[in-house]
Amino acid sequence: MTVPVFGSAARHTRPPVVRGLAARLRPFAVVALVVPVMGVPLWLVVATAGKSQGEALSPDLSPPSDWRLWENLVQVWQQGEVPAAFLGSLLVVAPSVALVLTFGSMASWILARRASRLNAVLYALAISGIVLPPAVVTIVLLLRQLGLAGSPVGMIGVYVGIYLSTVIFFVTGFVRTVPLSLEEAARMDGAGPVRVFFSVILPLLRPVLATATILICLYVWNDVFYAFFVIGGRLDTLPLNLFQVANAGLYLDNWHLIFAYIVLMSLPLLVVFAVAQRKIISGITGGAVK
Amino acid sequence: METTVRTAGRTHPMWFLVPAFAILFVFFFLPTLFNFVYAFTDWSSFKSEIRYTGFGNFAALLSDGTLFAALRVTVVYAVLVALFQNLFGFGLAVLLEQDTWLNRAARLAFLVPVLMSALAVGYVFQALLKPDGSLNGLLSALTGQQVEIAWLGSTTWTLVLAAVIHAWKWMGLSMLIYLAGLKTIPEDVTEAARIDGATPWQAFWWVRFPLLAPAVTFNVATALLGSMNGFDIVQALTGGGPARSTEILNIFIYRTFGQGLFAQATTMSLVLFLVVALLAFPVIRVLRKREDIL
Repeated sequence: MTVPVFGSAARHTRPPVVRGLAARLRPFAVVALVVPVMGVPLWLVVATAGKSQGEALSPDLSPPSDWRLWENLVQVWQQGEVPAAFLGSLLVVAPSVALVLTFGSMASWILARRASRLNAVLYALAISGIVLPPAVVTIVLLLRQLGLAGSPVGMIGVYVGIYLSTVIFFVTGFVRTVPLSLEEAARMDGAGPVRVFFSVILPLLRPVLATATILICLYVWNDVFYAFFVIGGRLDTLPLNLFQVANAGLYLDNWHLIFAYIVLMSLPLLVVFAVAQRKIISGITGGAVK
Repeated sequence: METTVRTAGRTHPMWFLVPAFAILFVFFFLPTLFNFVYAFTDWSSFKSEIRYTGFGNFAALLSDGTLFAALRVTVVYAVLVALFQNLFGFGLAVLLEQDTWLNRAARLAFLVPVLMSALAVGYVFQALLKPDGSLNGLLSALTGQQVEIAWLGSTTWTLVLAAVIHAWKWMGLSMLIYLAGLKTIPEDVTEAARIDGATPWQAFWWVRFPLLAPAVTFNVATALLGSMNGFDIVQALTGGGPARSTEILNIFIYRTFGQGLFAQATTMSLVLFLVVALLAFPVIRVLRKREDIL
């Protein structure tokens, strides 16, 4: 679809100068849009997560009469089995992301450098998963036959299989823009393909790998659909837990706890984003459009 | 460049492809192939052996109208999501194009939902839109009368609302991609149009907008095909109701799987696969062709 530019993300050009009334009113339009569209739902989450059960019965936008956000977070942490689910999420997300990036980059390097008819077919097959939906039901059957049903290994395999397409799509485009001379210099010095790949190519891929990491962390961390089929009931992850407790009678009329759970679950990604937002934004925008 | 296959084999060995393709084969292609087999069986949790039943599952889903109902809901949902998400994302990109501190802050605000879990977004809007929820409360306070609109109780409009919420969650990402597209357009292009006497409005729609074609392709294709495979938002918002009017294919699959009717779930999964495959190629081709013309 699109190819990232080597080495640089979108460059900032000077924005066109706009004058007149419309331009001066624009900041007010921005504020008038952000407050209801983003402010209201996000405030609802925080305010409700800070209320007592009685106050949160029918969630409205009034501030809690007495903030008890911390108490609610503690209660969810203990009753919602958050530590176990957090570990479960980490156990699945970290290896999935590491494997999908490593294997994806290895394949992309060859697919980008060896232009043969076979490789064109392989590339088309590899990226077909970007649009084609995975066969969730038969995956369960297959994992049972492999003895991986309900196991973290099975889940990791499924995630890697689903998101390899995205990685190969982004990275292959990027590798094509890396000058071949850089590899050849290393080869002259006697480096074999493994050395060339890991010490020359992989470091150059950093910008595109950063983008892919963010996107895939986002998808896998928040996934509930595939997790339900593959590991539902056997291993807890944060979204699976949220899904189960919100569905179960246990949390009925406990909006304050559901929203406290949502706050807890969103925090890790929000913190990462707050720290690295500039890089993330330029990475995503640089990769998608040229 | 490589001169012969032999040197290519030495410098870029094919075995680098093996781990990725092994995983793709086992965890992606093989289950997809299985779809074409098990959709024609009576696989369920109630029987120990699996037998071939021909087109029985398709016939059953066709005769009770489930197949077309779920398909219609899914396609309508996907088209609406593609439409709203791109309208919102594009509008935001144009509004927030200049790099002022306020615009930067606003862009960050619109990215928060992108990071949130889709399930959480569904629950948040369920709380907002309940009959005794926050939105009706807010409207009651503003109008001075008791407002009790059943936002999630309409068999026609709840699906539209779900699409708006899906678009709300992802519009920040579309905005970023449109912003990137706007930034790649050199300033002298707009400058030239202005010198030729174009009004800012004309310069925008006739000069800058057509140059955004690659961003449009990416955004429309990912929103359309991605929401065909949607689940979390609608499940958390309505669970498929009222009266199954928001039951998109993945919710149907989830529900029938939970009932132990594995073959029926597989059949729908195959239908989803075929529909997305059939839609993907023309959609991407048409959008690409538009890029070529420009």
